[in-house]
Parts: sequence; C-alpha cells; structure tokens
Amino acid sequence: MILRRPFFWIIAVVILLFVTAPTLGNDVELRESLLLAAVYVTLASNLNMMLGYAGYVNFGSIVFFGLGGYFCVYFVSALGWTLVPATLAGGGAVCLLALLFGLGILRLRGAYFALATIGVNEAVMAFVTNFAPWGGATGIYLSSELFQPLGGPARALWIIYYALVGVMGSSLYLSYFVKVSKFGLGLLAIGQNEDAAAVLGVPTPRYKALLYAVSAFLPAIAGGLYFFKGAFIQPADAFDLQLSTEAIVITMLGGQGTVAGPALGAYLYEELRGWLLTSATLSNFQLVVAGALLLVVVLFAPGGLIGWVHRRWPRLRRVLE
Amino acid sequence: MTALLEIDGVSKRFGGLEAVQSLSFTVEQRHILGLIGPNGAGKSTVFNLINGVIAPDGGCIRFRGIDITGAPPYRVARHGLARTHQIVQPFMAMTVLDNCTVGAAFGCQNLPLARARETAHEMAALVGLEDRLDTPAAQLTIAAKKRLELARALSARPSLLLLDEVLAGLNPTEIERMIAIIRVIRERGIAILIIEHVMQAVMSLSDRIVVLNSGRKLTEGPPAEVAGNPAVIEAYLGDPGLAEKLRSRPR
Repeated sequence: MILRRPFFWIIAVVILLFVTAPTLGNDVELRESLLLAAVYVTLASNLNMMLGYAGYVNFGSIVFFGLGGYFCVYFVSALGWTLVPATLAGGGAVCLLALLFGLGILRLRGAYFALATIGVNEAVMAFVTNFAPWGGATGIYLSSELFQPLGGPARALWIIYYALVGVMGSSLYLSYFVKVSKFGLGLLAIGQNEDAAAVLGVPTPRYKALLYAVSAFLPAIAGGLYFFKGAFIQPADAFDLQLSTEAIVITMLGGQGTVAGPALGAYLYEELRGWLLTSATLSNFQLVVAGALLLVVVLFAPGGLIGWVHRRWPRLRRVLE
Repeated sequence: MTALLEIDGVSKRFGGLEAVQSLSFTVEQRHILGLIGPNGAGKSTVFNLINGVIAPDGGCIRFRGIDITGAPPYRVARHGLARTHQIVQPFMAMTVLDNCTVGAAFGCQNLPLARARETAHEMAALVGLEDRLDTPAAQLTIAAKKRLELARALSARPSLLLLDEVLAGLNPTEIERMIAIIRVIRERGIAILIIEHVMQAVMSLSDRIVVLNSGRKLTEGPPAEVAGNPAVIEAYLGDPGLAEKLRSRPR
C-alpha cells in the first residue's frame, strides 16, 4: 500500500519542516524565504505533471497562478468574501477555464503547443489589462482592513504562510498519487509516444484535457493566497512569463518526471536566488545563473538532479520517487 | 454466427492516390487471415483504417457486430482489437513490465493497475521476456522489441490481433521463435490478421489469404490456391508469362 512507501513519509517530513522551522524561532525572514519556496514548489510540481509526465511543454503555466490571484482578490475586494471561499472559488474557476483552453490548444503538439501556451498567457494578460472590473492596467488594491478577520496583519501573514505550505503539500501528494495511478501510467505513455498510447487504448484527448485542468487548480489557489498577502495585483505581476520560465528551469534542474525533483529544484533555486539577491549590483542575476543552469542540465544531465541520483544509485529509485 | 471483423466496401484516398478502393473481406473467429501484396499495395493503410488511426472516406467496418468506422484508436482498442506496428513503437524509457501494463490497463478489460500488472507479467512471459521485466524498452534488441510489441498488444486481451510484419528484420532462428509464439496465440482463441512478406511463414500460418494490389483485392482463398494463382505471381513479379516459366523450369 501507499502508506508503506518511504516517499509518502518523506513528503510528510518536508511539510512538517516547513511548518516548524520558522514557527519555532518566530523567524519572519525564514518564513518569507520558505513562503517563496512553497510557491515555487507548487508551480513546479504542477508544471511537472504536464512537462515531466505527459511531455507537454507549458511555457505559460503562470496564467493559472495569475488568474487565481485575480479571482481571489476580486472576490474579496468587490464581493466581500472571506479568504477561504475566495481562493477555493478562484481555483475552481481557473480549473474550468483551463479545461476550456485545453480543449482548444491540446490538439497541438511539440513546439506548436508550447507557443500556444505563451499565446494563452499573453491573451489573458491583454484581456485583464483592458478589463475594467479588475482594475485594468492599474490592477486592484486591497485595504489592510481585509486582514482583520484573520486577526490582524501580523497573524494573517502566518496563516497565509501555513495555507501556502498546505497547498505545497497537496501539490506534492497530488503529483505523487497521479504518478502511481492508472491515470499517471496513461500520461507517461502519452509522454513517451502519444500515437502508440492511443492505439493501446489510452483516451488521449480526455486525459490531456483533464491533466491541464488538474494542474491549474493548486497554482490558482497559491496565486490567490500570494496576491491576497501582497494586497495588490496588477497584470504585469500576475502574468509574468519570467516566473513561468523559472518554473521550467526548476523542474528541469530537479528532475522532470519525478515527484521529488521539482521540490528539490524549487528549494535550491530559492536558496540560490536569495543568496544572489543580497548583492545590489547583481539584481536579477539569478536569471543569468538560471539560464546557464538550464543549459548545463539539458546538455549533460537531462534527468536533472534526481535523474542523476537515480542513475548513480539505482536503489534510491524506490525511495526518492 | 457473424464474422468477427467485417470490412465492407472501404475506400481511402490520399490526394490523387486511391490507397484503398472498395475493399471487402471478413475475419472469422479464431482464424488467421493473411493480408499480402507487393509494396505500396495498401496493406498498412488497411490496418490504419481498421484500428482508427485514419478514417475511411467510404464503406463500413464492423467489429463483433459493432460499427467502428472512423472511431478513434483508443475506442477501437476498448472493443478488443489490438495491433502491432511495422516499425516498433515501444515506450522507450519505460520498463518491459510497464509497457505491457499500459496495454493491459487500457485494453479490452479496462483493468485496475494491480491486476493489469499480473496480466502484463503473464504476457511478457508468453513471449519469453519474463527475465527482462525491469529492463527499459530502449535497451532491448530489435528482436526483443518486436516480442515486446506483441506482448503489449496481447496484454489488452484482444479477440482480434493485427500483426504488421512482425517477422521483418528477424533472422531465421528469431523467425522460428516468433512463429511458435503466433501459434500459441492462435491456440488461445485469438483471431489474427497478419501482414507479412515472409511468404513461407504466411502461407503456413494462414487459414485464408487476401491479396491486395494497388489498393484493390486481387483475389482471396486458401493459401495453396492463392499461391498458384497466375495473377498473384504477376502482381509480385510483374511478368505475365513468368509464372508459366517458373512452373516449367526443370528442378
């Protein structure tokens, strides 16, 4: 059974560490760093189900995150909803939208699909920039009073952090359960050879659309929490292709197609980013490093860190899945 | 009792090329039907039409009495129709067992994973791959990849198996081994439609033979009858008198 697999418990330990480490010393700085790591893990894990399992390169995965943010912020500011229903409804709405986009663009393959995903992101950004109810180009500001139901800003930040760690944990477990399920086997088959998979009976259009929708849900929730926390959302931040690219680098760096890879990649990338950001002369220097890392990984270790570990120590395959 | 597979007046045109022209034939339960013809006769197109990789322009295809004309491959597979490809298409990065598990899980019986693995195990053993279960497909030899292709198709528990040149590129020992496997499959009650260029093999395996030439059915009958048909020999060799010459040639 799944409970006997060591990896199930490794995920639990990671979640526990994320919860306890900043809480014990009331360390706000560590919390902010881990919060970003949790967002990265969520984005990368969900992207990995598209990229690593089904072999579909999604360059515009950030559109789910941004839309989730917009729905949540809108529900809270205009309709006066509280945070939990606002994020969940946002997640659901984005899921449905993804299903709709998916039915359109999932007929495409390879480079054409990748280009279409950028198109979706850019089209949504252009729409939102001109959409008056969502503030157009200026975006939406949240009043700090909206933190009151959560017990004031200081406490609200902790609650949002725990919620994001929950979303991260859900992403890891989702990624894991999909991988060991029949759905996951079908996705892996599609990733290897879509035509052969269809001939063997894998319902490829349905599986791809379902995957696209499923992989939209948790990033949308993360987006809702993230932009609620910032109390501000605007198109340029919500649909920033840079974050999309970073999610791809993270997934490749850690090891696409594995569950542990994107998580490990996200943590390392966030550490690297924090370290490089401390120097003012090199602002955004992490992008240069990210580009170089991506090249090195693609050229010399296409399986990423976890892939390398698996090849070096085959026995670890059963532990670090 | 109705035939397992009925092809009824099926046509397919690619631009100006009539790849298949009002073709009709049937495959009976538990029979082996050989589909032969020179290169470019449209044999592989017929396979692609049957299992839904391409849709016909006209005609009707019925499998177990169900109209499957133009149905997508994954739906055809669920009805119990499996195939192998002329150029093997294994999931390279997956193990032998996982390759077969895909076939079993999404095949005719739509099995849950654990039971699909049992079936996969059994079918891998049937083709002699039981000691390579954890080997990635990419590391197999061509002959083993062909057997994997067969095991994967069998894992779906089909009632009809389409075999597209499973013997091509194999050496005599491997051909013998593959023929033995095909006989075992037939004994299990699975009907087979086989495209093959190795004549000796297809003649000895098949109950009936359909000969295609330029997308049309040239003739149909028991192997011995088809082999002696001058029109068939002409289609292969291109010389109307050659059949006579070969027959009268002193041995």
